[in-house]
Amino acid sequence: MSKSSLKQTLKDLDTKKISIRELNQDYLKRIKENENLNVFIHFSEENVLKQIDNLENDNSAKKLKGIPIAIKDLFCTKSMPTTAASKILENFNPTYESFVTQKLLDEGSIFVGKTNLDEFAMGSATNTSFFGNTINPLSKENEPLAPGGSSGGSAAAVAADLCLGATGTDTGGSIRQPASFCGVVGIKPTYGLCSRWGIAAFASSLDQAGIFSHNVEDASILLQSIAGFDQRDSTSAKVDIPNYFENLDDDLNGKTVGIPKEYSIDGTPMEISQIWEDAIKVLEKKGVKIKNISLPHTKYALPTYYIIAPAEASSNLARYDGVKYGFRSEEIDSLDEMYENTRAQGFGREVKRRILIGTYVLSAGYYDAYYLKAQKVRKLIADDFNKAFKECDFIVTPTAPSAAFPLNEKQNDPIKMYLNDVFTVPASLAGLPGISIPFGKNKNNLPLGIQILGKHFDEQQVFNTAVSLERSYE
Amino acid sequence: MNNLIKGEKYDWEMVIGLEIHAQVKSNSKLFSSSSTKFGSSPNSQVSLVDAAMPGMLPVINKYCVEQAVKTGVGLNAKINNYSVFDRKNYFYADLPQGYQISQYKYPIVGEGKVTIDFKDGTSKDIRIVRLHLEQDAGKSLHDQNPSKTYVDLNRSGVALMEIVSEPDIRTPDEAGMYISKIRSILMYLDTCDGNMQEGSLRADVNISVRKPGDEYGTRCEIKNLNSIKFIKQAINYEAKRQIEILESGGSIEQNTMLFNTSTGKTRPMRNKEEAHDYRYFPDPDLLPLEISQEEIGKIKSSIPELPDELKNKFIETYNLSNYDASVLTAEKQTSDYFNETINSDSELKDHAKIVVNWITSELFSLLNKNNLDLINSPVSPENLGQLIKLISTNEISGKIAKDVLEDMFSSGKTARQIVDEKGLQQVTDQGEIEKVIDEVIAENSKMVEQYLAGKDKLLGFFVGQAMKLTKGKANPKILNDILKQKLIKKN
Repeated sequence: MSKSSLKQTLKDLDTKKISIRELNQDYLKRIKENENLNVFIHFSEENVLKQIDNLENDNSAKKLKGIPIAIKDLFCTKSMPTTAASKILENFNPTYESFVTQKLLDEGSIFVGKTNLDEFAMGSATNTSFFGNTINPLSKENEPLAPGGSSGGSAAAVAADLCLGATGTDTGGSIRQPASFCGVVGIKPTYGLCSRWGIAAFASSLDQAGIFSHNVEDASILLQSIAGFDQRDSTSAKVDIPNYFENLDDDLNGKTVGIPKEYSIDGTPMEISQIWEDAIKVLEKKGVKIKNISLPHTKYALPTYYIIAPAEASSNLARYDGVKYGFRSEEIDSLDEMYENTRAQGFGREVKRRILIGTYVLSAGYYDAYYLKAQKVRKLIADDFNKAFKECDFIVTPTAPSAAFPLNEKQNDPIKMYLNDVFTVPASLAGLPGISIPFGKNKNNLPLGIQILGKHFDEQQVFNTAVSLERSYE
Repeated sequence: MNNLIKGEKYDWEMVIGLEIHAQVKSNSKLFSSSSTKFGSSPNSQVSLVDAAMPGMLPVINKYCVEQAVKTGVGLNAKINNYSVFDRKNYFYADLPQGYQISQYKYPIVGEGKVTIDFKDGTSKDIRIVRLHLEQDAGKSLHDQNPSKTYVDLNRSGVALMEIVSEPDIRTPDEAGMYISKIRSILMYLDTCDGNMQEGSLRADVNISVRKPGDEYGTRCEIKNLNSIKFIKQAINYEAKRQIEILESGGSIEQNTMLFNTSTGKTRPMRNKEEAHDYRYFPDPDLLPLEISQEEIGKIKSSIPELPDELKNKFIETYNLSNYDASVLTAEKQTSDYFNETINSDSELKDHAKIVVNWITSELFSLLNKNNLDLINSPVSPENLGQLIKLISTNEISGKIAKDVLEDMFSSGKTARQIVDEKGLQQVTDQGEIEKVIDEVIAENSKMVEQYLAGKDKLLGFFVGQAMKLTKGKANPKILNDILKQKLIKKN
């Protein structure tokens, strides 16, 4: 069955070819058929039907009226619990709606459920969730594959056609890498384009909301819906949001693509190098100038990221202390014990590991050597990109160093797991927009992703390049 | 001035520095729009941000920034165009975020100074190291339940200014004068309500002792003192404690102390193993704070006259002493009251010293007795001015005026009304006074003889008798003159 696109569905709804109820019942059916994938932390059919009822009584025109959307369970939502895939927020029901989800509600979309993720978005396989692993819908029987992470539930939801789009968050690759693993489109916009208000924080200076969809056109429609300035987020950008979809232009003639030599890493599988070359060839055919560029500090990006992100996380997660909301251990004899037992029992291994790393790199005597140095390197990495973008309009690289791996493969080797982010982390540190689109398959017929990076707030160019590559591939 | 204190063996000098925490006067908190009203029911002024709900973000309250800049200007300090908010990380039940947003490396205000004035007319500068903005924590309530602690987050997130002095203070009195001066400046600027009882102004005191001329000794910090009396008590106790240790051959361990207000003693708050590593780092939720020279200029131009400027103006315009002028300007309400009084009648300008005395001694003592603030004085500046005018024009005597003031205070009537109703006008008519004196001389012939025999002191007795007969209304100078003339004639 070919999946219908958001663009087509909007047309079908508009021409009454299909009703909102029929459309969503179709999705509800598939969601129920695919429960084994463990895509959702929260799913309530009743809640979806209620939303359908409400929309049927609503005569106003809305851009995404009736469109089924899945929400990563890191976005706080009024109508559904929000857990961040952690025991520590197991029964947390926000009284407020995140900026991004509120925008989607305002446009009339229907939330089908809250998708699984790595606990507090810390992971690359959606295997650190308190609520169990999500299975990549592209897995063969008895050979379950990881959907990537941390937004693995959202990527899988789109791949399994359980919704027409999904929200994700990307801190070091958490949208782009699972998009690549699941064969869908995933865009992380420029840091500051979408407000972080109402998203449980992992690493504040890196966290950015974005979109999963079946294709680039759909992503351009959905991103426009969730972007925009928000005075409640001091890092939110005051920029005009263009109509990305209306402005889509697949003619790349005369543009220049940057190909960073540092992304040719020893040990990268042939199949990855192959699709990268293929993409470059396609661009060349379209009249794009190929420019070899250098981003000399790329090799420091991963260690820099794994200092800064845990440092911020160690502080951001201090609020989960058992005092005000969420889980509190029952075994308490003192204030200290309340903290120790609540956090020992409430957080999983990976979250604890990162809190420990973060606490260490910020502690007296180590701050300068780790955190401060990492901040300086981060600046150098950003400067690399700024320099490179003087010579090219966008940059093309692979999204991840491999296709989806078996579910439990890297569970016990955090370093190996962290290497998944090698191509996505540099742009995160620089705050740049990046998209992953499916571009070819490996010998096991698993999708591989190509990443397109753009200048700050130049999402339009990212979309244009992506749609051009996508159309040539189809 | 000798500032040394005596130990058993040596003379010692105290070295004191203060960290003052002043609550910014603002309707809403530093990073949220919740109200800052004091005394509201627990947890009634708590936003999602204050309670550190997941995904909530701080947004700087620009008014609080302006208040800090204003204060910086009032402290003659450097305003930094660039400052940064950092997170100070530690766990406590009334700290919902698990960190306090403060300013560490880059405070909003840099070096400044304030001047304190002594009674003997001298003054001294105390240097300010910095002023920074930070959030207050909530409040843990341990006394509501035998086995539970409750948390009130109303104060959580309220803006504080921490004002750090250099260790320029040498005595408990200087410490008191310094905090009074800071309080006065903040209240003139209207950047803090100065209410120490409600905790709007509190101080941490750093203190060490040394033999004069030696290097600084090891210091201890006494936390969270909320009255000038306690600050002085705590300093005295802590200095004595340190001197005893040093004189018996021991050494001071750098420590954080708490002051017990009922025993008057200090004790260590925590030991070294429990010392915090606050892991300060720039808050990634907030951009660095940038203030242009233009904005600073705008704030500067909005600043009212400050106590020192006003003091100098009073000295120049009214020929007052440095001390009188500094008492008048210590609190804005006092200088305002003085200004209104002296401007209520053009002739009072020549009697400024009398105006000062009537405000700072007579009126203040009445207010004190009745537990009232100058702001709530039943005697308005205009009415006090009227009373002083009656004195300066010899319509009533100073002595009578004191009774009139008391009457004004309790009845709310004007001086004129009371004087007219009770017929308290001074008797200045020579003939009338002569008549009374004749009467006194006639009735006390024996005393007169004794006086004439050389017992000069009896003059007062005759004055008293004459005053009694005039019910205190006779003009004392005229009475004296006539009395002396008449007695001389008797001789």
